[in-house]
Amino acid sequence: MTTLEVEIWRGAEEGRYETYEVPSQPSQTVLDLVTYVQRKLDPSLAYRFACRVGVCGSCAMTVNGTPRWTCRTHVQKVATQGRVRIAPLRNLTVVKDLATDMAPFFDKVQEARGRFIPSDAAAKSVAEVPPEEPKRKEADAGIECIGCGVCHAACDVVRWLPEYLGPAALNRAWTLVNDARDGDRIGHLRAIAEDAGCHACHAHQSCAEHCPVGINPTRSISGLKRLVLMAAIRGRL
Amino acid sequence: MRRHASYRAFLVHRLSGVALALFLPVHLVVLGLALEAAALDGFLNWSAQPLVKAAETILVVLLALHLFGGLRLLAIELLPWSDRQKDWIGWAAAAALTVGAGFVVRSFI
Repeated sequence: MTTLEVEIWRGAEEGRYETYEVPSQPSQTVLDLVTYVQRKLDPSLAYRFACRVGVCGSCAMTVNGTPRWTCRTHVQKVATQGRVRIAPLRNLTVVKDLATDMAPFFDKVQEARGRFIPSDAAAKSVAEVPPEEPKRKEADAGIECIGCGVCHAACDVVRWLPEYLGPAALNRAWTLVNDARDGDRIGHLRAIAEDAGCHACHAHQSCAEHCPVGINPTRSISGLKRLVLMAAIRGRL
Repeated sequence: MRRHASYRAFLVHRLSGVALALFLPVHLVVLGLALEAAALDGFLNWSAQPLVKAAETILVVLLALHLFGGLRLLAIELLPWSDRQKDWIGWAAAAALTVGAGFVVRSFI
């Protein structure tokens, strides 16, 4: 049986890569490698996963320098000469080994006022939102985000400006300003019009390149920039 | 992670911008030479050398890259989203190279 050389980050912010020999299997995922190491070679290895089938997004890590869902990444697609390097997600504080502290990432969603604010009408009756309605389409394009943090890790602006709200939080805000049932559109725009808000985006589009569910946060952020500009011109911010 | 067209377009835009910012003071100093006609004529004669013209061509291409790249960014940020926006990177580069080629033709032919 052939083996793979798997380098895994051990430690917290300070640490080192340790190399493990893992038997190669057909259709093996990167998450399988990490699980093998933790169960057979070193039970002290810390990592995070839940569903194993690309639904929860909790197993996101950096594989050979690229943020990915490890459960949806086949080893044969990423291994180079039988080697794979696995690190925690970038732009987040490492708790231990491959597990990062996701709290600041989710806090940014709240900072971006990324929560539904019901309008009076929405509270009294069920709103009819036709699927073909343009705003509904815009919201639909970004609504499938499950908050895995891959876009956040891929974004260099988050790296350079840690206060930046980031692609996931801004994408969430975009779905809300396009939600006909939401009662505080201007409130959402005010929250993301700050210096570290939508205008900090440089349109690198690394978020869109890496999003595992195919969302394009740059599109959402561009939409927010336009709405903020229009609101500013009308004196509504 | 950064190996994709949009990131390369960002790098070109940023680096060309820095290069143009560094060039700007030199440009202003040369404009200042116009206060003494002889000094300006001397510089213009010096700048007619092929090597200086080649450097000037690079400068013109950088300026055009920054201009068309900037128009692309304005389009992304101000116009409704288009899934063809990545094609604009190619169009911006082609337009900049065309301007550069035009400058070469005008300078050497």
